[in-house]
Amino acid sequence: MNNDIALTESTYYILLSLYEPQHGYGIMQRTEQLSGGRVKLAAGTLYGALSSMTERGWIRPLPGESGSRKKEYCLTKEGLLALKNELDRLKELVQNGETILGGENDG
Amino acid sequence: MAERKTVRKWFWVWEFDKEERWLNQMALSGWALVEVGFCRYVFDACEPGAYIIRLQMSPGDENYLDFLKDTGAEYIGRVTKWIYLRRDAALGDFQLFSDNSSRLEHLGWIARMLLVIGVMNLVIGVVNSFNGTNLGAINLICATLLMYGLGRIHGKMESLEKDRELEE
Repeated sequence: MNNDIALTESTYYILLSLYEPQHGYGIMQRTEQLSGGRVKLAAGTLYGALSSMTERGWIRPLPGESGSRKKEYCLTKEGLLALKNELDRLKELVQNGETILGGENDG
Repeated sequence: MAERKTVRKWFWVWEFDKEERWLNQMALSGWALVEVGFCRYVFDACEPGAYIIRLQMSPGDENYLDFLKDTGAEYIGRVTKWIYLRRDAALGDFQLFSDNSSRLEHLGWIARMLLVIGVMNLVIGVVNSFNGTNLGAINLICATLLMYGLGRIHGKMESLEKDRELEE
């Protein structure tokens, strides 16, 4: 597994939303809620991302209940690992920013 | 029954954003798109600004339409590979793509389609010209036009790529 990759903001929030199984619209709502309304995933973007992430093995569709056309997805072990690696990378970014800029933000 | 009108209008494939702007202008002035055909648009009278209209090249997957419906979008119709959608403006802003990677992917599909049809026209045009058929010229003109369209799409892709060098 490549540890050097940086996830896009959409990818990061989709994976984070799937910590608990969700269907597509649920992911959009969860992402918007987590980011305080800042990140709004559009349907076409999310649909494409879900199929690429499924191909990568980061998420998988749950077996559908009969009569329900809403497909639910959940995070796989690989997906959780990708998310944890990204979190480490983000921590590094934040730490370096804080060390160098120090109290710049306080003004 | 709502008042209805049909407008005939032509847009080139690479002008899909211009087409979309026009359809939204119509919605803002109280005409909501209800049906599409080849160069043909049917509108019903609506509250001005009641809908937001979007169009895109279909990813070629039937589940996509169900997925869109779950997000509150209504499917209006399709012309070849293009699908037309609308959503109640009261539900908030309606976009199909929210990041540059997916916008680029979408433009990539359009570019591929133009390339395939363009090359087909070029080959047919060349073959027909050698056979001495006058029809060859028509295919060569089509090929030139499609290549021009491809250039326009590539221009859009380049400016998005440039943005992506510095920002997500």
